[in-house]
Amino acid sequence: MPENNWQPRIVAFFCSWCTYTAADLAGVSRLKYAPNIRIIRLMCSGRVDPQFVLEALARGADGVLIGGCHPGDCHYAEGNFKTLRRYQMLRRVLGAMGISEERIRLEWISASEGERVRMVINDLVERIRILGPLDLPGRLAACDAELGASAQALRLPQYRQPAADLREVIHG
Amino acid sequence: MKVKDDQPLRIGFYVCHCGHNIAGVVDCAAVAQYAATLEGVVLSRDYKYMCSSPGQELIREDIRDHNLNRVVVASCSPLLHEHTFRTAVAAGGLNPFLFQMVNIREHDAWVHTDKAAATDKAKALAAAAIRRVARHRPLETTRAPIHPDVLVVGGGISGIHAALTLANAGKKVYLVERDPSIGGHMAQFDKTFPTLDCAACILTPKMSAVRAHKNIVLWTYSEVAKVEGYVGNYTVTVRRKARYVQEELCVGCQECVEACVFKEPKFPDRFNVGLSRRKPIYMPFPQAVPQAVVIDPERCIELKTGKCKKTCLEACADRHAIDFQQKEELVQIHVGSMIVATGYELFDPRRLPHYGYGRYPDVLTTLECERLISSSGPTGGELRLHSGQAPTAVGFVLCAGSRDYKTNRWCSRTCCMHSMKLAQIIRERTGAEVTLFYIDIRAPGKGGEEFYDRALAQGVKFVRGRVAEVSDCPLSPAEQGKLIVRVEDTLAGMVRRIPLDMVVLAVGMEPQANAQEVRRIMNMSCSAEGWFLEKHPKMAPVSTFTDGVFIAGCCQGPKDIPDSIAQAGAAAAEALALIDAGGIDQEPNTAYISEEDCSGCKSCVDLCPYKAIAFDPVKEKASINAALCKGCGVCVAACPSGSIGQNLFEDQEVFEEIEGVLAHA
Ligand code: FES
Repeated sequence: MPENNWQPRIVAFFCSWCTYTAADLAGVSRLKYAPNIRIIRLMCSGRVDPQFVLEALARGADGVLIGGCHPGDCHYAEGNFKTLRRYQMLRRVLGAMGISEERIRLEWISASEGERVRMVINDLVERIRILGPLDLPGRLAACDAELGASAQALRLPQYRQPAADLREVIHG
Repeated sequence: MKVKDDQPLRIGFYVCHCGHNIAGVVDCAAVAQYAATLEGVVLSRDYKYMCSSPGQELIREDIRDHNLNRVVVASCSPLLHEHTFRTAVAAGGLNPFLFQMVNIREHDAWVHTDKAAATDKAKALAAAAIRRVARHRPLETTRAPIHPDVLVVGGGISGIHAALTLANAGKKVYLVERDPSIGGHMAQFDKTFPTLDCAACILTPKMSAVRAHKNIVLWTYSEVAKVEGYVGNYTVTVRRKARYVQEELCVGCQECVEACVFKEPKFPDRFNVGLSRRKPIYMPFPQAVPQAVVIDPERCIELKTGKCKKTCLEACADRHAIDFQQKEELVQIHVGSMIVATGYELFDPRRLPHYGYGRYPDVLTTLECERLISSSGPTGGELRLHSGQAPTAVGFVLCAGSRDYKTNRWCSRTCCMHSMKLAQIIRERTGAEVTLFYIDIRAPGKGGEEFYDRALAQGVKFVRGRVAEVSDCPLSPAEQGKLIVRVEDTLAGMVRRIPLDMVVLAVGMEPQANAQEVRRIMNMSCSAEGWFLEKHPKMAPVSTFTDGVFIAGCCQGPKDIPDSIAQAGAAAAEALALIDAGGIDQEPNTAYISEEDCSGCKSCVDLCPYKAIAFDPVKEKASINAALCKGCGVCVAACPSGSIGQNLFEDQEVFEEIEGVLAHA
């Protein structure tokens, strides 16, 4: 990916009741924000499987945003508390993988906070821009190639690509 | 790619221009062209208005003519038109869930200005939906029955009207009001604008009708404590506070009030906004419904110390209505829908110290002025200064606390009209000079402008400018003993000092102090200001995001009496429509467990907020009761063996979306 015209790509998972509605409101209010975000609607932020986040990064996203209702406001009572727990776990996992924890973010945005949608998205896009491209697919491929080459050099029979294994773990 | 039943995929893709709304920013033709190249797409079109009937007809015909088995529409938010298009897909003979919608208006065209980037985004979102829809399976909606009883929360004019409408249609209504009487703010008004008809004359018959209606259960002095369940089937816990008077036994004779050991009324009377006094045992106001007294436990000697002569008991004699043993009660009821009409609170002008409210006794709020000129008020309708004299010059400060970044930004819509009403009544009754200080006069609606003309014709003076200060420091003999309003008259282009006897602050409406609590109990949303949020400002103005919960009146935002009543009627009609439909189709987004894969770890069981997951200890497998599942998907994301699926939001469907949004650079 050429550095000069690289644009961050961010996948967002928004709960239908609060944050997705807030994003609709941002639209209705004609607020303007960076076009780097792709929003996927789920019923509750509690539906966000950590695998969704890892998958997004593995498929080339530079950052992931999870949006849910404010604590205590989840349409399903407490789905967002589960999200919070998973989010903290995810940050540790990413840290362990050498990926900046800043690439994922969890935000509580209520249905009336269209302005907050704009702010959060713009801010995240700017932060990811500073972090630069993640290019996990490229890295995984490079890793495969390198290990493949050394395996050949060592003449290991029936070499299985470790990066491919990792991908399998991620993709479940 | 093949679909499950092994028919090859035949996806129809449509991108909507929405007039210029989308097409002005997104290159719709380019999106359609791009979509045509994607796997499974056999037909790709762009069209001006997909949601119009020709647009829907197009989908129907294409399904037949081109043998489509999947449909994707890229247009506005699915929250707005998903239902419309599903219906069109069904009319074309396809299962309505073999459809996916792409939001390229609210989430794209309306929020971006860079056309190339917006078009790219539209392509990415379209690719995601096309990949996703390939995974869709036919689903069936289930129908949940609707309990025909309705709960109305709040007994102001909105709640009263909604309750009566429903009761007249033969539905059983529970009307719950927090105060000891229904009537709300309207009961405190003398006259109503713009017709200047007597508020009590139009309200009290409705209040009595509520009391008398066989279909209405009226619970005053009560609050909703808890709501459980979902549309069609709510279990509501109502807290009935102790009134210390048995409502059914009290005849409202008020002999007990007369007999109370407090010879003089001593405590501020809420109905007259503190302008008069009441005893510990009191009737909320003369026309109160129910006609039953109430005892204030904070003030009653018997309730506080147990050492009172209880002369009230003697006066009540063999009616035995007074009951010092009465306890707060929690009652449970079952209803299918709810109407929230909890009203508003007035802005507290103490937050504007420069207007001197609370410091100068002759600075009043509009509601206090209203009570003073009301014939049922503390002065019997005589407008009096603190000194007991009649004022000769009265000023109204409009937008006190409204349209102001420091306090409330919004316009309360009624204060101009309310002030002009009071101004006219004061002119008529006392002949005093009346001056209105305004930023803009807002007299919208039927009869509004005419009402303004009438105020002008009556000699009410209008000074355009936001009042800077109200003070009592005279600079000239003419200002001696007066309240002086300092204002920049923006029409005359100068700062003026105007001496007055009485200053009335036109305070605006605010959400109730406990609005957040009510919102939480009812599972609603609030706007940033704290008003309850309607589902859609135009298309669903009395619905909320929670099915079966409707809103009416000022809890949704400031409005006048006609608008409140119109909204109350609309909310009642929505509730009726729900009840008479007999049932409600539920989104088939329930979770299910594939038994072979379940490892019996039980981690899902405790996660479910609806207790929909049961564990079979013999089989060592969990299972989900679809009737209880609300489709949040928390268990799906948590299952370590991946054995829980969710209809409409399958893992694979989401993975396709993720891949899709990232596939297009
Ligand atoms: S519904 Fe919004 S976080 Fe659960």
